[in-house]
Amino acid sequence: MSTLISPQAGRQTTSRPDRAGRRPRRRWLLPLWSWLVIAWLASPIIVMIVFGFNDTTGKFNIRWQGFTLRWYRDLFTIPDLTQALENSLTIAVIVTVLATIMGTLLGVALGRYRFRGSGSINLLMFANIAAPEVVLGAALLSLFLTVGVPRGYWTIVIAQVMFSIAYVAVTVRARMAGLDPSLEEAARDLGAGPYATFFRVTLPSIMPGVLAGALLTCALSIDDFIITSFNAGNTVTFPLWVYGASRTGVPPQVNVMGTLIFMLGVLLALVGVVYNRRKV
Amino acid sequence: MDVVKTPQQAAVTVEPPPGEPVPAIELVKIAKTFSSRRGIVTAVDAIDLVIGEGEFFSLLGPSGCGKTTTLRMIGGFEEPTEGQILLYGDDVVGVPPNHRDVNMVFQSYALFPHMSVFENVAFGLRRKAVSKAETKARVGDMLDLVQLDGKSDRRPRELSGGQQQRVALARALVNRPRALLLDEPLAALDLKLRQAMQLELKRIQREVGITFVFVTHDQNEALTMSDRLVVMNAGRIEQLGSPREVYEHPRTRFVAGFIGTSNLITGRVRAMDGSTALLEAAADECLVVPEAASAGAGVGRDLDVTVRPEKIVISEDRPGSGRCAIRGRVAEVVYLGTSTQYAVATAGGTELSVFVQNASDADDIAGRGADVWLSWRPDHSLALVTTQPAPAESRSDLSGGNQ
Ligand SMILES: Nc1ncnc2c1ncn2[C@@H]1O[C@H](COP(=O)(O)OP(=O)(O)O)[C@@H](O)[C@H]1O
Ligand SMILES: [Mg+2]
Repeated sequence: MSTLISPQAGRQTTSRPDRAGRRPRRRWLLPLWSWLVIAWLASPIIVMIVFGFNDTTGKFNIRWQGFTLRWYRDLFTIPDLTQALENSLTIAVIVTVLATIMGTLLGVALGRYRFRGSGSINLLMFANIAAPEVVLGAALLSLFLTVGVPRGYWTIVIAQVMFSIAYVAVTVRARMAGLDPSLEEAARDLGAGPYATFFRVTLPSIMPGVLAGALLTCALSIDDFIITSFNAGNTVTFPLWVYGASRTGVPPQVNVMGTLIFMLGVLLALVGVVYNRRKV
Repeated sequence: MDVVKTPQQAAVTVEPPPGEPVPAIELVKIAKTFSSRRGIVTAVDAIDLVIGEGEFFSLLGPSGCGKTTTLRMIGGFEEPTEGQILLYGDDVVGVPPNHRDVNMVFQSYALFPHMSVFENVAFGLRRKAVSKAETKARVGDMLDLVQLDGKSDRRPRELSGGQQQRVALARALVNRPRALLLDEPLAALDLKLRQAMQLELKRIQREVGITFVFVTHDQNEALTMSDRLVVMNAGRIEQLGSPREVYEHPRTRFVAGFIGTSNLITGRVRAMDGSTALLEAAADECLVVPEAASAGAGVGRDLDVTVRPEKIVISEDRPGSGRCAIRGRVAEVVYLGTSTQYAVATAGGTELSVFVQNASDADDIAGRGADVWLSWRPDHSLALVTTQPAPAESRSDLSGGNQ
């Protein structure tokens, strides 16, 4: 609007019809496209949530038969499924803690210093992220077999930490690269030793990166199927159980658990957003 | 390690300027080389320096001359390749920054973004386990001093550049360091604020009485603020002295060119009378240069001479004998408000600048194209040391620069 009053308004007339002609088309094209993408992304989630309320009686939970809260009440009536969920959640916590600590330290080192081997580590992390999960899972399995480690709960933890570290390290390294090195120097200058400098200045400054890495790790851990299935032995996680059940019919409790995990994820993401707003 | 602790030894190496207070910082033959992929860079080349207690001392020089590196070595962020750094007589080489009793104001301010102004300023006191009540009192006093009272709950990003600058200053000063190191602290501010902060910094320094070591590439800033300063070039000290000494008596071509507007005249020495040189010039021109011998002048050799533009007088007629005088033609006249600048081309082919105050009774002295005489008192001809001689010679020549 203000361009109409500006002295250059006359000069702009050549470009205006062009722009004015394009604007109405943009007005419906962009929103339409956005809603299509949102619908595409959200539809499986919506289906999952809705069918958690389905009053189904048969083996297969695929036709709508009325609303019920029954599955929320009977959430833990399938002992194997309950055990699988418990495994998934405890593994996720352990993996997130371990991978976040190790990945953060690695990311700080890679972002701050150039040292012998830093190039190879960067390459290795990239390879780790880029390599097909099947390859990593199979390779790890043959390693465990060769060394003679019994597969189970802890081999799942080891496998998941292994592939999560790279994700944390990459997000932390990016955050570190944007950090003014004189911040740490200022802390040293003001009497802080190396540890106080790290915990009071470096870590709070890179916290958004650390949290993002932790969230990513947690999500990757809970829904990892491929690598876990190679190294699980007799231990069953939530995704493994669902996959096994899908041949005979997935009970609605799975939808409910999926819904709850999804809600937890949304909550964590919201906390992350609020935290970032406040801090940076 | 033990050898360096004797203050006498340091005193022999670098003589503290007479009449100066106790030296707070001494740099003894301090050098720093960086090895990078492109080869070895000598950032600082064997500098000797004595900085007195309570002084406002500036390191002045063009970008890349090694000012920051020198400052960072004093602060402990770089270790010198050679030499000693004495803080009140103690060699601090190898002592990490958190155990050095100096504080630094960084060019980027380096305020902790996740802490309030109060937390930022209290950071150093917290590390030293100062009591809560004392911390509160000292931080409050310091925020008063830098005129930021009432802003203590703000985050750094909610402050203007000038205010952030003051927080950085308060955060360093609250620790009562034995010296404060400032790396171009005003460079990020706009001109008006910068000038206000220059005066402000001076006031604060007088009030706290702490030694300030101030790095800048801005000659006006250094001249305005410093008690003494060094002019640095390519990792070496070109000259040390008070702002007046450095401005009025530049020793080298580099200093003459870097500080203020300088006129450079190069001529062959025709005769020497004691230490006074007589430069070859056209008929009835006269160039007498006192104290030229110490600048390495000799009969038959070239000598660089500088004259400050405000010392030169323009006249139509030949001035009386006893003044240095050369002929020239006015090439340009620029009105500057309080003064007028004349650019005069001499017969020798050099162009000299002349500043003439626009006093109430002053007429237009000369117009473009006019043939004029330029004259000045012989003691305003300054012989410049050529920067060519061997490093050792020029260094010994410069280290005692403050006579
Ligand atoms: N960490 C470093 N690695 C390599 N060269 C450096 C480093 N720091 C400074 N230098 C070089 O040393 C010289 C002096 O730098 P500096 O002290 O920053 O100059 P100034 O502060 O006077 O502009 C420059 O040539 C610069 O490129
Ligand atoms: Mg610098």
